[in-house]
Amino acid sequence: MSGYNFAYLDEDTKRMIRRAILKALAVPGYQVPFASREMPMPYGWGTGGVQVSAAVLVPEDTMKVIDQGADDTTNAVSIRAFFQKTADVAVTEATGKATLIQTRHRIPEEPLTKDQILVYQVPIPEPLRFLEPRETETRKMHALAEYGLMHVKLYEDIARHGEIATSYAYPVEAAGRYVMDPSPIPKFDNPKLHSAAIQLFGAGREQRIYALPPYTPVVSLDFEDHPFEARKAEGACGLCGAEDSYLDEVILDDRGGRMFVCSDTDYCRTRREAEEAA
Amino acid sequence: MSPTADGTRFGGGFTDPSRDAARAFRTIMTVLARPGEIGTLDQVHAPAPLSQAQAALILTLCDTNTGVHLAGAADDSAVRDWVRFHTGAPLVAAEDAEFAVGTWDALQPLDRFAIGTSEYPDRSATLFAEVPVLAPEGATLKGPGIRNTARLSLPETGALQDNATLFPLGFDVYFTCGTALAGLPRSTQITAEDAQCT
Amino acid sequence: MYVAVKGGEQAIDNAHAWMAERRRGDTDVAELTTDQIREQLALAVNRVMAEGSLYDPDLAALAIKQSRGDLIEAIFLIRAYRTTLPRFGASEPLDTAAMACDRRISATFKDAPGGQILGPTFDYTHRLLDFKLAAEGGAPRAETADSDPVPVPHISSILGTEGVLQPEPRTDTTPRDLTREPLSFPADRAVRLQSLTRGDEGFLLGLGYSTQRGHARNHAFVGELRIGMVPVEMEIPELGFAIEIGEIEATECETVNQFKGSKTEPPQFTRGYGLVFGQSERKSIAMALVDRALRWEELGEENVGAAAQDAEFVLSHSDNIQATGFVEHIKLPHYVDFQAELELIRRLRREAEAAQAPAPDAPAERTKEQEPAE
Repeated sequence: MSGYNFAYLDEDTKRMIRRAILKALAVPGYQVPFASREMPMPYGWGTGGVQVSAAVLVPEDTMKVIDQGADDTTNAVSIRAFFQKTADVAVTEATGKATLIQTRHRIPEEPLTKDQILVYQVPIPEPLRFLEPRETETRKMHALAEYGLMHVKLYEDIARHGEIATSYAYPVEAAGRYVMDPSPIPKFDNPKLHSAAIQLFGAGREQRIYALPPYTPVVSLDFEDHPFEARKAEGACGLCGAEDSYLDEVILDDRGGRMFVCSDTDYCRTRREAEEAA
Repeated sequence: MSPTADGTRFGGGFTDPSRDAARAFRTIMTVLARPGEIGTLDQVHAPAPLSQAQAALILTLCDTNTGVHLAGAADDSAVRDWVRFHTGAPLVAAEDAEFAVGTWDALQPLDRFAIGTSEYPDRSATLFAEVPVLAPEGATLKGPGIRNTARLSLPETGALQDNATLFPLGFDVYFTCGTALAGLPRSTQITAEDAQCT
Repeated sequence: MYVAVKGGEQAIDNAHAWMAERRRGDTDVAELTTDQIREQLALAVNRVMAEGSLYDPDLAALAIKQSRGDLIEAIFLIRAYRTTLPRFGASEPLDTAAMACDRRISATFKDAPGGQILGPTFDYTHRLLDFKLAAEGGAPRAETADSDPVPVPHISSILGTEGVLQPEPRTDTTPRDLTREPLSFPADRAVRLQSLTRGDEGFLLGLGYSTQRGHARNHAFVGELRIGMVPVEMEIPELGFAIEIGEIEATECETVNQFKGSKTEPPQFTRGYGLVFGQSERKSIAMALVDRALRWEELGEENVGAAAQDAEFVLSHSDNIQATGFVEHIKLPHYVDFQAELELIRRLRREAEAAQAPAPDAPAERTKEQEPAE
């Protein structure tokens, strides 16, 4: 794409984003305000993740883009094509071969390594937003580490439903200080937030970047008598037989027929290929 | 210290600014995300007494929007001209600096630097501190970015331990030594190795 | 058998090709040129320039053509292009008192220096569909007259000399740039006005209307509404003084609002302000109403809890590019999260049913949903 800079953004913008990323890494879980730019794709479609990736990419990277765990969902295809065009980076679907992975709503099943970076697309970065719509108020709550409101909400869930009725975007506490929204990943993925990789979170419309350095202690909020539990649909993948991966439900007909398959398409394919080879 | 690469006052910058800055940033980000890890920045040169690592930090992170403080011998006319020419950054007092550049000794006293506010802990300074040695030995580090523990030769521990107690406030430091670079975010807890402190 | 949605790339290319065909429409009908859009759909062009924050009628016309007339889509194209443009500097503040007015009306005085100029307005047209326009069109000409060389001072300056209108102090502080800094609160008036002028016309219209209906009513009179060309000047550092670099069309509205006074200050009218690219009359009036409502705090008024008084609410939701992206993004796949919710609700229902119906034979309709074996 001639006429545009490497990785699309101009150098001033990249520097501004890079500075925000460094602050985010220095204060894990704190949402650093940044002057998000208008991207050539709609807000809410990954503009935060795209800006973070653009600021972090080097020409030698191999990039993987997933949406819902899959490489071939249309928005993932579109974002991958954007970086191929503007940064001329190599791309892959193999989790293990990627140096930078941009994701929406999932963490890959295969454990990430220290040489990898995971960039999350975040719609609403503020974990307290649905309890308190005002930024001026939630900012004070974070400043004072006053998270009582969140605990009350979770406890009300238990009172009403017998358990915490949050199944995705399940709040965590990062490095013992900030309550953080892990983006709308299913809570099944929360344990994977404790990772060897650098994890960066970009919210374009809301103009926030936050981060988890490798091995940052991440605790899913819970209560002693109601400990956090990672959950997924019971059973195994109908294609590769995996019992440890997050499953999507696929409706097969209008008589209630359904099957469950891995949401992580690369994980599923790798397992099937290994089985065929064996 | 390094002369400018092409012998002019304004030389020594990135040859391919967009890609070189991307690579330099990746190193800068990685060492901050993994305290104790030592990276290399050898792409650019600035007038003495700036080291190559300090020069790369400046070119990668500073611009017209960031106040830069040059401390001690770094506050030299050739350095000032070079920084202004390459980045357009306003040169400011320590108290107003987003970035401060100098030797560790020249950057003292540290309580001059911004540590952010409780609502905006990001409104804090970052120091580019040149030290005589930089090696994965000495003080023990723990915290985000570190699997169990890491070690890093620190010029002193007391002031850095004090900074860590301010978390989530505090400044962040890049230690540089020639082309070598290590990051020490405010989140890192430090245990001194005896006879290590200055 | 399950087949993953493969071939996303091909599907996207096909969708784009189909969209391009639809954009062109029936090829027996002549293709629309961007010149035609610029000249004959000028008010749409103006809106795209105003909310796109880029004064370029040709690009706005192209964006309207490319977006098939979806103005928010056109605004989006302009915004995305705008962010890639280098910045050479900032202009001097516009001197709207020096505007060459095509239209200038005041609702507060029967006549005023410079006169009332109706200009090219829909105001007194009877809204009857003009079927002749469908058939012929033609090239209508309006009578012209030599322009009157008398100055057209702002109504506010006339009121100002009498002291009955609160003065707005001039400041030379550089305002923050919303497009280069994240929005934070409290937002000063310069930031608020910046946000409002690029805000969605419909959103501001509704908010402005709400103030008139009692949600923070501020008794506005249109002190003045003026539309015309204004010179844009920029200081060139090498020259050391400002030179004119071009001119733009703008609409400015100043409202004169309910007065306030105190023991120390005699009563004075206050004002609301709207300034928008192009001929954008409705938007500028709405903007002035909302601006005035947002000033409750600095004018020592009561916060009655109205939406138009809430700067965080107004500024966070006025941008139609942010809004359209996020509202529409819920059509993207969310099946991973939906699956998590499905799993949770099924389990909660099972537990609730088990708790409330210990009888061995549960009624059939309650087991209708099929669940994976546990």
